[in-house]
Amino acid sequence: MMSEAIPNLSAFDDNALDRAFAALKQQAGEEAAALTSADGLEAFKLRWLGRKQGILTEVSSRWLKGAPPEAKKAVGERFKTLKELIEQLREAAEGAGPTDAVLAAEAIDITLPGTRRLTGAEHPITRTLNEITSVFAALGYSVGVGPEVETDFYNFECMNFPPGHPARDTQDTLVIANQERRPLRDRLLLRTHTSPVQMRTMERQPPPVRIVIPGKVHRNEADDATHSSTFHQVEGLCVDTNITFSDLKGTLDHAMKALFGSSVKTRFFPSFFPFTEPSADMQISCIFCGGKGCRKCKQSGWIELLGCGMVDPAVFAFAAEKQPAYDPKKISGFAFGMGAERIAMMKYGVSDIGQFYVGDMRFLGQFA
Amino acid sequence: MKILTKWLRSYLPELPVSDAQLAEDLTLRGIAVEGIYALGDGNGSLYEMDLTTNRVDAMNHYGIAREAAAIYGVQISPLEVVLPKPRPSGQDFSVRIEAEGACGRFTARVLRGITIGDSRDWFPGAEVATCFDLLEQKKISNAVDATNFVWLAMGQPTHAFDLDKIEGGIVVRRARKGEKLKTLDGVERTLDPEDLVVADHAKPLGLAGVMGGWDTMITSTTTNVLVEAAWFEPMAVRRTARRHGLHTDASHRFERGADFNAGPVASALVSRILLSNGGFIEGDLVDVRVPAWEARTAHRKPVSLALSEVHRILGKTEDKDGITAATVESVLTALGCELTVAQPDATGWLVTLPSWRLDLEREIDLIEEIARVYGYNRFANTLPAFGDGLQSLPWAESESAVRGTLLAAGFHEAIASTFCSAAEAALTAPQPGLVVPLGNPLSEEAGVLRPSLIPGVLAIVAGNLHRDVSDVRLFELGTVFSGTTEKVDEHPVLAFAAVGTLAEQSALHPPRSIEFHDIKGVVEQVLSRFQTRTVYFDRFPSDAGLTPAWLHPYRAARVNADGITVGWFGQLHPTEAAARKLKDPVLLGELYLDRLYKLPLRKPSARDISRFQPVRRDFSLVLDKSAAWEAIDLALAALAIPELVEWRAREVFHDPKIGAHDYSLLLGVTFQAPDRTLREEELQSFQSQIVAAVAAAGARLRT
Repeated sequence: MMSEAIPNLSAFDDNALDRAFAALKQQAGEEAAALTSADGLEAFKLRWLGRKQGILTEVSSRWLKGAPPEAKKAVGERFKTLKELIEQLREAAEGAGPTDAVLAAEAIDITLPGTRRLTGAEHPITRTLNEITSVFAALGYSVGVGPEVETDFYNFECMNFPPGHPARDTQDTLVIANQERRPLRDRLLLRTHTSPVQMRTMERQPPPVRIVIPGKVHRNEADDATHSSTFHQVEGLCVDTNITFSDLKGTLDHAMKALFGSSVKTRFFPSFFPFTEPSADMQISCIFCGGKGCRKCKQSGWIELLGCGMVDPAVFAFAAEKQPAYDPKKISGFAFGMGAERIAMMKYGVSDIGQFYVGDMRFLGQFA
Repeated sequence: MKILTKWLRSYLPELPVSDAQLAEDLTLRGIAVEGIYALGDGNGSLYEMDLTTNRVDAMNHYGIAREAAAIYGVQISPLEVVLPKPRPSGQDFSVRIEAEGACGRFTARVLRGITIGDSRDWFPGAEVATCFDLLEQKKISNAVDATNFVWLAMGQPTHAFDLDKIEGGIVVRRARKGEKLKTLDGVERTLDPEDLVVADHAKPLGLAGVMGGWDTMITSTTTNVLVEAAWFEPMAVRRTARRHGLHTDASHRFERGADFNAGPVASALVSRILLSNGGFIEGDLVDVRVPAWEARTAHRKPVSLALSEVHRILGKTEDKDGITAATVESVLTALGCELTVAQPDATGWLVTLPSWRLDLEREIDLIEEIARVYGYNRFANTLPAFGDGLQSLPWAESESAVRGTLLAAGFHEAIASTFCSAAEAALTAPQPGLVVPLGNPLSEEAGVLRPSLIPGVLAIVAGNLHRDVSDVRLFELGTVFSGTTEKVDEHPVLAFAAVGTLAEQSALHPPRSIEFHDIKGVVEQVLSRFQTRTVYFDRFPSDAGLTPAWLHPYRAARVNADGITVGWFGQLHPTEAAARKLKDPVLLGELYLDRLYKLPLRKPSARDISRFQPVRRDFSLVLDKSAAWEAIDLALAALAIPELVEWRAREVFHDPKIGAHDYSLLLGVTFQAPDRTLREEELQSFQSQIVAAVAAAGARLRT
């Protein structure tokens, strides 16, 4: 059958030979160019180079061997160039790997979305608490913690809320059942602020103290878009010799720039907390409008962020009962406390504080 | 609190600033103006103000005017008014303070021939009608409005009685048990000796410092009036108000400390307003004082103040000169203090405190006043010197390892309620007897402290599913509570829950539902972060009563690490799922982190990887359905062949063709030696050992 692949030669003059070999060269070139697969390449090799029935074998056995002696040299030379060409075509086809046509047949839709191995999202409150504690860690503040169920003594009395004092009215408290018969200072309640950990830390450790206290607190209050009966605070306490009000200002100014960006400004207003004196509220320049005034800052250019002040000597007096080094004549300190929810709401654009506790996967997933 | 600038300016004729500037300067000094509303031509502005509870003295017009006077150093007009000469009375009106521990001062003035009528602008300094209209305060009668006006002017509660309804004189005393009093709000009240009352010689007339009585109130026919202006002790008023569930302007002020010296001034102002409509004063002001209270309020011992202490607490100012002796003197004098130099170089003083500032008691209180009036924002921003080294919480790293593992497994972190219902607590508490109830819960559903994170996590899962979020994978790291109402213990716990599909989103492969072994994998990964000798999972017969009631008894596992139970997980019990209308199986669990945190975190250590070819072999085994993988696992471990470096259950299939009671397990093993290529004879020997071992464990080779 292969004999059909090449015609019989009727004449062996140069012209006839040139025509016959040129036809084969052209044919080989076209076939090689049309190769689209590895199978095609194998077939090409078999068809042209096959030992038994390959076209070259045919040319050799019929044209070369069949040539009259005077034409043998001319046929031989042309056979050699043809063979070289076929070898070249084979090498080219093998070396180039699959042709574009081959590759095109393997096309996939790269516009389909990538397969994602979804990772979980840290809760925005955890994230915020960690951010704040790291800012203060860089200033030398260790992390402290304390129990969520506290005694009246730690939550109120030692923080200079005397029994029956109206200041207690500002923190509606959830209490543990059946406390009425116990001495007031032993009564158990859910801490309304993280401040009790100030005292627990000072009782354990003489000055110097530099500590931040992230934690969950509870109030007996109705929930609305900006208030939750459960929320998180970060409390800070710095006690040493020569700690001043200007140190408090400088520390918080530095921390706010670290948290909200170096262009943020701070300002301080007199305020009142039983456990600090002087007490202050701190505002930062509005992070949304840069202080020009917008809806978020009620056109004031400022956002109220935290309460702070110099530790009241009465608080040190309680600490000194267990650690005499807390002598308010010799040491001084400042404390501050901020709400993590409020900061997280601002940083992440959360409009309703309740979102933090509903646990909607779609809400949480935004923080991945 | 609403304040009229027009009214303020009536006390401050030289005030040099605009209403807007005044508001800003007051706010920067802690007298916060929250809103300014222009009232139109000549009427000035209305300030909406919010003062901190300690500044009860400034919650009125004169109090704010005092602050402004101190800020700008301008004169403030006195409040005193000149009264007409009283007509003599045969006998002074009788006032007796019986409860001397609860009432420090009681002044009484008798006015006769009074005409009750409408309020007007009576005289300069008493523009009652104009002020009330601007404040949108309802006018009632000249008598009621006079006491309200004086309240708004100077924050001193006063009371006007119909004198003709008073029998004998006034006695300030404790109520007698069971005494009855109808108060001005129309409520009949039964009194208790805890209550402090203003009484006459026959009956209680009013709750002292809280609310007057119905029977002695001024009516349109009243002609003779007794004006009361008193000083009551804070705790006594607080107890009375609390007992009756009342919170009035008067009780608010007395509870926080009123001005001992304000009574006569307030009485005069009320009287002068009433007399503007006719009538006369009978007799002198009756003014009964308790010396002990006077000494503790109006005549307190001077406080010593050192300039060095001011600097020690407040630190650096932006202004180079900072706070000088002159600053201290001018600020405190402007606030009504009197300073005498206690040290020859004027760096220390004895400071006499004004009667209206009971919040000032100590040196630190004066330092705060100096800082406040000087201006907080004029202090420099400094940083303290570095203290000690940082200390980490002992479990911080472990907690972060646990959280990181859950996050990597595709679980979102949630924060659920700290509370749950008593029923949920009973279902989930590891120790059902140690659930701690709240005394004043926000709701019944939040009646107890959570003994487990499961109720909260389940509520969040249900919430998601009910909002058509079908894939839920979440965890909480939180505190659980156990104990009694005397002592409560807190433990850190991890809870997790999953329902729906795995955390993979693909357009090309079908999603796969999460099942038991997916969360078992998560638990294993968490445990693998810790250094353990043994970890195993087991389960108990349902009648053993050990499996938590919220778990499916046959799809639950206990987690044991180094011989200690560290948690439970599995499928939510179908009964609980049905009760919460959850159709898809919820997989969930809880790990007791305080137990886990006792284990050290696993420290990675590297081994050389053998460069000799590993040999892998598969064994197709058939087992009885009751036979667990664990038997095969233990049998292979018991062989202790060092070259048997790994074995895995590669695939499990249930096929009826194998046998109704059987299942098939594809066991994959890997042999490798660190130092040589394994020879065929060795491999043959290992394989026959494995076949014998699994046969002994109840498996047979599938043929």
